[in-house]
Amino acid sequence: MKAWLRDHARATADALTRLAQTPMASGLNILVIGVALSLPAGVYLVLSQLQSFTRQLTTDPQISIFLELDADARNVESIEENLRNHPDVGNYRFIPRARALAELKRSAGLSDVLDNLKQNPLPDAFVATGVDSKPETLERLRDTATKWPKVAHVQLDSEWARKLDATLRLGRTAILILGLLLSSALVAVTFNTIRLQILTRREEIEISKLIGATNPFVRRPFLYFGGLQGLAGGLMAWGVLSMAVLLLNRDLATLAALYSASFRIAGLRWDDAMSLLLFSALLGWLGAWLSVTRHLWRFEAR
Amino acid sequence: MNDPLPRAAGAAAAHPAAVINLSHVYKRYPGGFEALSDVSLTIDVGEMVLITGHSGAGKSTLLKLIAAIEFASSGAVIVSGQNVAQLRPGAVPFLRRKFGIVFQDHKLLYDRNVLQNVLLPLQIAGFDTGDAVRRGRAALDKVGLLGKERALPITLSGGEQQRACIARAVVNRPAVLLADEPTGNLDEAYGHEIIDLFAAFHRVGVTVVIATHDRLIAEQLRTRAIQLVHGRVADDH
Repeated sequence: MKAWLRDHARATADALTRLAQTPMASGLNILVIGVALSLPAGVYLVLSQLQSFTRQLTTDPQISIFLELDADARNVESIEENLRNHPDVGNYRFIPRARALAELKRSAGLSDVLDNLKQNPLPDAFVATGVDSKPETLERLRDTATKWPKVAHVQLDSEWARKLDATLRLGRTAILILGLLLSSALVAVTFNTIRLQILTRREEIEISKLIGATNPFVRRPFLYFGGLQGLAGGLMAWGVLSMAVLLLNRDLATLAALYSASFRIAGLRWDDAMSLLLFSALLGWLGAWLSVTRHLWRFEAR
Repeated sequence: MNDPLPRAAGAAAAHPAAVINLSHVYKRYPGGFEALSDVSLTIDVGEMVLITGHSGAGKSTLLKLIAAIEFASSGAVIVSGQNVAQLRPGAVPFLRRKFGIVFQDHKLLYDRNVLQNVLLPLQIAGFDTGDAVRRGRAALDKVGLLGKERALPITLSGGEQQRACIARAVVNRPAVLLADEPTGNLDEAYGHEIIDLFAAFHRVGVTVVIATHDRLIAEQLRTRAIQLVHGRVADDH
């Protein structure tokens, strides 16, 4: 057990020494890995934030029924009765035009403009939810409600959010493909680095095997090298992302201020960052393993 | 011995003191060249044996088969009761550790100093660094290279490189020492010193097998010599 630990410590030290011995080559490799990983990770970051944003919007799909401006109390009553009796309606509430105007003044900061209006431009409206969250339920309700008297317009509020969500899902699939491609690039980079190392350390491997080294003993320093290089690449990707988020947020803040809104990209969460590091280390390890295993058989006895 | 590795019946059992036993061994290389033909021999624990013969007679091949560096085409090679051909690939390195091998071309690593070269077998066997360095120094002392432990192999003379190789071969205290042309590139005086070293290891109980075409060694050692001619045992006395 102690010998085993000692051997792992030796392999780690060996790998670190070799990384440090060729700072330029190692640095460039780490840069390539870092850039290759930061691309999909960055897009993933933005997409997942947009997606959680649209999820919030789509949690409660609802339908808005706008009445015509000349609708009176009797019309409102009849529509309310229709809604009460309709089998697809779960919940509904009535928003009188006066309250809609008050809410609009409060929320959008448009009170100056609205105060100048001679009359209230907003209609009375009902907001209803379906008995279930199936899109067809609300669509059916929309089609029926459009035909009711004094109904000017019926709008499915969740529709655009659904479309956005579907688009984002498409984006996520694209990211997955991009990620897979760039991951295989990472494996290839490591594979090639290790192949070159094996060629330069050919003698050492050969002699070690002749005097009784096992394959795991020979393999270990290379695996640690691949893993450490991958880990460093992951750290690089994390650094690149954090820097990009920092810079983008500065500009976003200016942009958002012009729209009197506040929007910022959150950096990589700790657990996501750890997954990124683990993933990149594993890929480096895998590339090294493939390379060493591919080349070790040459030193086998015949 | 009670190891779980495959054991050979017959020859080895009949010869309990045998550390190395070959029966009807052939070695053919791709292309049809037959390096060894029908070789049968037994080497006992603590014996000192010379393998002699012209170059190309199969001496090196014989040593490689014994150390499981190569495998026989047919016939049985039995080392310490284990049939080499039946070993799992994972068990081969452990068989090799029973041997200290002195290579014809030294096979030293030129990117590290003499002591680090000698420590390699101990690192492979998982020794603690302190113990390893103590043992490595002791081995270098035995071959008279203690003053050169920090030297790079390239700065050593041929005889010194050979002695460094011997130190590496004995550092893990192997039961059997295999040497392939240990005096091949050395002048007579150096050659004598190297052979004296082997004789010294033999006196403390190590089995020594030396492959050589050098008649002077045979005259100096006056021990059992197995002569190979074109891959066959021509003489064994």
